[in-house]
Amino acid sequence: MSTSIIGAPVTRVDGRAKVTGAAQYAVDHSPSNVAFGYPVWSTIGNGRIANIDTSAAERMPGVLAVLHHGNADPLFRPAERFEPYSRAGEVRPPFEDDQVYYYGQYVALVVANTFEQAQAAASAVRVEYQPRPSVVTLAAAPAPQQPPLLHYLRGNAVQAFDRAPVRIDQTYEIPTETHNPMELHATTAVWDGDRLTLYESSQGVVNHQHVMSEMMGIPVDRVTVLSPYIGSGFGGKLFPWPHSMLAAMAARRVQRPVKVQVPRDLMFTTVGHRPLTHQHVRIGATQDGKLLSIEHDVQQPTSLVDTFVENCIGVTSMLYSCPNVGTQQQLIPMNIGTPTPMRGPGIVSGLFPLESALDELAVQLKMDPLDLRLKNYAEQDESYDPPRPFSSKRLRECYQAGAEKWGWSRRTPQVGSMRRGNEIVGWGMATATWHAGRGSATVRVRLNADGTARASCATQDIGTGTYTVFAQVVAEKTGIPIDKIEVVLGDSSLPDGPTSGGSTATATVLPAVDQATQGAIGRVIAVAQQTPGSPFYPGDHAQTAGDPPKLAMTAGRIHLADRPPESGVPFGEIIAGARLAALDAEARTAPDPRDEHRYSSHSFGAQFIEVTWDPGIARLRVSRGLTVIDAGRIINQKTGRNQILGAVVMGIGMGIFEETLYDPRNAKPLNNNYSDYLVATNADVPDLDCIFVEYPDLHLNEYGARGIGEIGLAGVAPALTAAVYHATGVRVRRLPVRVENLMAGSQQKIA
Amino acid sequence: MQVFRYSQARTVEGAVRANGTFLAGGTTLVDLMKLNVLQPPAVIDINGLPLDRVESLPNGGLRIGALVRNSDLAWNETVKEKYTVLSEALLSGASPQLRNMATTGGNLLQKTRCYYYRDTNYACNKRQPGAGCSALDGFNRIHAVLGGSDHCVATHPSDMAVAMMALEATVHTQGPKGERSIPLDEFYLVPGDTPEKENVLVPGEIITHVTLPPLAAGTRSHYLKLRDRAQYEFALASVAVVIQISGGNITRARVAFGGVATKPWRSREAERALEGHAATTETFSRASDAAMAGAKPLQYNGFKIELAKRALVRTLETTTQTA
Ligand SMILES: Cc1cc2nc3c(=O)[nH]c(=O)nc-3n(C[C@H](O)[C@H](O)[C@H](O)COP(=O)(O)OP(=O)(O)OC[C@H]3O[C@@H](n4cnc5c(N)ncnc54)[C@H](O)[C@@H]3O)c2cc1C
Repeated sequence: MSTSIIGAPVTRVDGRAKVTGAAQYAVDHSPSNVAFGYPVWSTIGNGRIANIDTSAAERMPGVLAVLHHGNADPLFRPAERFEPYSRAGEVRPPFEDDQVYYYGQYVALVVANTFEQAQAAASAVRVEYQPRPSVVTLAAAPAPQQPPLLHYLRGNAVQAFDRAPVRIDQTYEIPTETHNPMELHATTAVWDGDRLTLYESSQGVVNHQHVMSEMMGIPVDRVTVLSPYIGSGFGGKLFPWPHSMLAAMAARRVQRPVKVQVPRDLMFTTVGHRPLTHQHVRIGATQDGKLLSIEHDVQQPTSLVDTFVENCIGVTSMLYSCPNVGTQQQLIPMNIGTPTPMRGPGIVSGLFPLESALDELAVQLKMDPLDLRLKNYAEQDESYDPPRPFSSKRLRECYQAGAEKWGWSRRTPQVGSMRRGNEIVGWGMATATWHAGRGSATVRVRLNADGTARASCATQDIGTGTYTVFAQVVAEKTGIPIDKIEVVLGDSSLPDGPTSGGSTATATVLPAVDQATQGAIGRVIAVAQQTPGSPFYPGDHAQTAGDPPKLAMTAGRIHLADRPPESGVPFGEIIAGARLAALDAEARTAPDPRDEHRYSSHSFGAQFIEVTWDPGIARLRVSRGLTVIDAGRIINQKTGRNQILGAVVMGIGMGIFEETLYDPRNAKPLNNNYSDYLVATNADVPDLDCIFVEYPDLHLNEYGARGIGEIGLAGVAPALTAAVYHATGVRVRRLPVRVENLMAGSQQKIA
Repeated sequence: MQVFRYSQARTVEGAVRANGTFLAGGTTLVDLMKLNVLQPPAVIDINGLPLDRVESLPNGGLRIGALVRNSDLAWNETVKEKYTVLSEALLSGASPQLRNMATTGGNLLQKTRCYYYRDTNYACNKRQPGAGCSALDGFNRIHAVLGGSDHCVATHPSDMAVAMMALEATVHTQGPKGERSIPLDEFYLVPGDTPEKENVLVPGEIITHVTLPPLAAGTRSHYLKLRDRAQYEFALASVAVVIQISGGNITRARVAFGGVATKPWRSREAERALEGHAATTETFSRASDAAMAGAKPLQYNGFKIELAKRALVRTLETTTQTA
């Protein structure tokens, strides 16, 4: 078989199980005698629990236990400061004490025979609080402490700005956004003696296993985490959250398996979110659009129980060529649950102000926004001293391909100047980027006597296509058809694999699958050469002495390397002929540390958005989108395209819908459900397209593939608000764009 | 959710006698029971009652059973052709799945989406008379600019009812004291100081059907719903218009608003500004100003006044364009 299966639009190997309902998600597992846990959560944002009265709840039918800080078994803090593979969503274990730090914090867990009994009893638990005022807005928060947590400086940005002939000085804000995957977070916990098995919805089964071992206080080899299917995570399921510990604790207490599913309300409080950010950007430039300075100051809230840093300023120092750059970021603890990575953390948030400010600069300079980007193109990563070369950067090609496909040259810059029928059309563009990374992974590949293969690894497929990528590599190397390759993931007892985060999973596992497959092939070849009766056993052929002839595996057959595959034998026959069941091999691969310091590795892209604005009824819709991505080699056109388009859909939500609304009176997220927290519906998603400019990045791995899970979101919001400005003349610096802002600012009256 | 008694009604009389809370599609009732906002001791399932037909009346009107599903009503041929505004309103509401469950009676009686009504930890006069209103100084972007009081500013969120208001529908009920016919315009109550009382139904009274009067030939109608996203969201402002034109003059107009008021809001002010006047943009803007003359903005919803005006002007333009 040729290598064409790499890059081909291969259909997801797990797709059928998912669409037929055969796929078992965390909460679908029903071990016999399972009980159900339902939480009671704090309804204040700050204070202490004065009293918990569980007597009524305990008397209700089916109730087995009501756990809270007064009677819970001890949990421990994760060793995350000291260990790799040990990151919890929130370091404070649930029920640690009587303190309440945010609305929606667990204060009790009712365990009962049925879900309904647990839920009914949970509402009968009476909690009295001693509340303190809660803080959920930056305006109400105390001034951030100095010095800033993150900072960066090259040149003298303040001075350069002061002297710059053209200046932009604006403040931007992104509200809190909530991941809202369809599948609720859930844990089914089963104890067998001192062994704990957790059916989880996890983006990192190995990390989850380690954290649970630490927080439950049991050896790591006693914990197994199973997460074969995940109904999406978007970063929210990277690290274990308190419900997982609660399920394990409850199961131990009632001596039965226990399921805890996080109710949708609490998906807004106890499983992370993208923190709001308040960002001040100042840009100085020459009259002809050369950047002289960029300053970027960020304020970001975190919770009072953990420190989460959403690094918004990293991207500012590398994306454009600019001699003077000064950035800093401060953290402000507030009465909110702990934030966590949400698709494209840091960069998505950081690019909105940076790219918006560039668009504003282009308007001020009367320059095409795309030309402005080209004018300041970074040939090297200037954030390093001395600047580092990129391992591969084809952003210029992205701009070009995008402009051509979009018809960008037809754009007329005047606000409101482009029309379609009675509606006004606006076009905007922005640059996208995401850092490319790769970690270490161990993969086992097994070739079976019945002609099938199996690949396994303790990583997981969160819906992105990881199962399929494994199968593709095994198929490429062996020629075994995809449907004869079983891929087993999502089980912490398999060889260690990476967390599905940071768009690194594919780049990380590819080399390991490749090497493990080659290892297994090598073993089959050795058996072919050494087994009497094998067509390649020297004795049978009475061949001349010396090295045995070279063998190869192609199209599922072992054959002489210099003869066509049809001349050989199916590999299964070789294995069976030696009376073996299977032959397998394991490989562990890790990045070359030298490359990490030699090159700067990033993916890049150009994103174009069209909005349609009907001023008569103040109706704004996104009507077209194009994304051009340079992410090295694309391993699967179908799942790859799906990642980019899905991210753009999310970007539409970020641009015009998404905002978690906290009530300042009690710190409650008010719109904590799918009806009131708006994301894009199908009707909001227009014709979207995506192009990959494919230049393999061979410094990252031998396939030349970088990650694509997050970059598709990176530039959407600024491209969208640029388009909104182009259509309406209203510059929206606080997301999401709302009709009231457009009505207040737009000069275009009833058409 | 709390424990409750469940029974199925076999006859309308039986349902009335059972004197409990009726369960139709359940898309409002069950939702609010799960949130402990509604805690009915007895739930009477009325889905078995023979109230699921749409029938033409001898006078040319239409009779719609209380259990006709929103989807069936929206796609009914007569409704699509003659009562276009109703079909459009229904299809703009909720999602296909919800519309497949939701019924005509249930839709009329759906509850507000006010955040504070839906959470028992908040003070809410509608849920608990005298407790106070958390929306007045809360996040009130989705709340009413018309028909509110110091006690409640929650919107009635139905789309269907707005269209029915413009169609001058009549609600037919059967209660402990027998049958009644109530013009829809007199069916809903504004909150005043009793926001818990949303309509004129008495305990045990069941909606059996709704009738629509016939429309004169040449009548045009349209529903326009404005909101943040394109589907699956309640209205920020919506308008239903039923109109007749003769020689460029408006001879008859019925106008109702949704999303902006504490009940489906018929605007006689707008109707007066339209009837007898030329179908021009000036007339339309005068009508929209008249409709919103009494509007009172809260902190976050002032934009709804202008949005509702624009919705009316656009709908009038649309319905009079080729007439
Ligand atoms: C997420 C979501 C989004 C929605 N979006 C929209 C929208 O955009 N626009 C819109 O208009 N609606 C929307 N809805 C509301 C939906 O239209 C209503 O929930 C539905 O119409 C209610 O009908 P039902 O038959 O399910 O009522 P039920 O829930 O069964 O009943 C509702 C109430 O009416 C009473 N009742 C029912 N039938 C009778 C009867 N025959 N006689 C007397 N009392 C009766 C019940 O006792 C109950 O109090 C949405 C709902 C949800 C959950």
